[in-house]
Amino acid sequence: MSSEIIIQASGLTKFYQKNLAVDHINFAVAKGEVFGLLGPNGAGKTTTIRMFTGLSKPSAGKAFIFGFDIDSEIVEAKKHIGVVPEISNLYDELSAIDNLLFMAQLYGVPRSERRRRAEELLKIFRLYERKDSPFRTFSRGMKRALTTAAALIHNPEILFLDEPTIGLDVVAARSLRNLITNLRQQGITIFLTTHYLEEADLLCDRVAILVKGRILAIDTPQALKAKTDKKSLEEVFIKITGLEPEVLAIEKGR
Amino acid sequence: MGRDNLRAIYYIVLKDMRTYYLKPPSVSWGIVFPIAWILAFYLRNPQNFEELVPGLIAMTILFSTTAAEAVVINFELRLGSLERLLLAPINLPSVLLGKVLGGVTFGLMMTIVVTIGSVIILGAHPNFLYLILIAIPSLFTFSSLGALLCVSVREVFEAQTLLNLPRFIMIFLCGVIYPIRAMPAGLRFFVHFMPLTYTVDGLRGSFSGGPINAVLIDTLFLIGFFILFILPAVKLLAKRFE
Repeated sequence: MSSEIIIQASGLTKFYQKNLAVDHINFAVAKGEVFGLLGPNGAGKTTTIRMFTGLSKPSAGKAFIFGFDIDSEIVEAKKHIGVVPEISNLYDELSAIDNLLFMAQLYGVPRSERRRRAEELLKIFRLYERKDSPFRTFSRGMKRALTTAAALIHNPEILFLDEPTIGLDVVAARSLRNLITNLRQQGITIFLTTHYLEEADLLCDRVAILVKGRILAIDTPQALKAKTDKKSLEEVFIKITGLEPEVLAIEKGR
Repeated sequence: MGRDNLRAIYYIVLKDMRTYYLKPPSVSWGIVFPIAWILAFYLRNPQNFEELVPGLIAMTILFSTTAAEAVVINFELRLGSLERLLLAPINLPSVLLGKVLGGVTFGLMMTIVVTIGSVIILGAHPNFLYLILIAIPSLFTFSSLGALLCVSVREVFEAQTLLNLPRFIMIFLCGVIYPIRAMPAGLRFFVHFMPLTYTVDGLRGSFSGGPINAVLIDTLFLIGFFILFILPAVKLLAKRFE
């Protein structure tokens, strides 16, 4: 991991009408790092990713990707990032390879490299045998895999993954986690959101705990465990988010 | 506009043509429907067929440009694939322009087919310069009208219903079938606010001959309508992603 900061948020805020979804968050992610944004449903994780990927404009604050302001230079910033959204949203009618080729065209991958790159990714994701099948015929895990492949078609330096393993079976989730580890070894910076805390503990170099739009803690999983005197990230999360009394009450009621 | 945006627009058009437009439902809606409609009027009054040719081309432009926009825009919004486009290095106006240009391209293909048919089968003799001056801005105007209506609602069926409203109002009021001069004065006032009036008027000019100035005025009105439709369409789409 390098010390070069390539993702930065400074006072980043998002309102949806009067509802505050993200509340003045600050963090920085170094090149090569796997950074996890953890939080319960509705904490503001997806909103944060949407702002960084240009799908939603910040209401206040600043954020940068490779020094490009996500508000005014988002098209430049988007050249460096790949995004795997929570919903696998490729084209149902297009085949696996055509979906990848279309993404390669959009991202300006040179014509001579498009097919080779698409086929290479289909092999990595074990979809090569189904390369001519329409996306709509794929299982949920296969759709997730192809969406991830599409996000990697232009060799991005940063990969944003929004709830990458949600809805996947054990094998597919494990395979995706292995892929994240491999990508990290290749030097790709990973920014992921999840509410699977074991997954975050396993994959992330650092995590931020986001509750009601605010970052309550940010550090390595080991440091957070040490600070709170807890054994697992799940226990850390429960303590930091103030859910301990609720959890104790549930356990007593058993 | 930038090279990245232009490249993306080009590939969005190609993808939409392949995925949605060059499919039987779009072709039948874009070309078969106007021909069947005009044929019905011809069978009622076979003497005036040549008078119906500008209306036939106008209807082809109107129906073909908007033939698949509900699917191209609303279906993709619902699936999230339009959002996928916005993750690429392209800005939002370019994504919408790509969608509008898909309609324009398909409309142009259908218009060429119908015009060639009119010339070969019916022996019509249009002034091709006039025809281009009217057809091109009309294609952009009706495709952007379709885009505006589609981005203002959520569901595909809502968009399709909403698209039919101006389509059928304009067919009856803008001189496609009934001459505007034969309409009551009140209606004649309203037809000036409908873009198809200028398409039909300009196309009639290109088939009957006449001063180019009259055609150019229609062209200017159509360009004005295009701007009037595309700007709020971009704004409404941007609002979806706020």
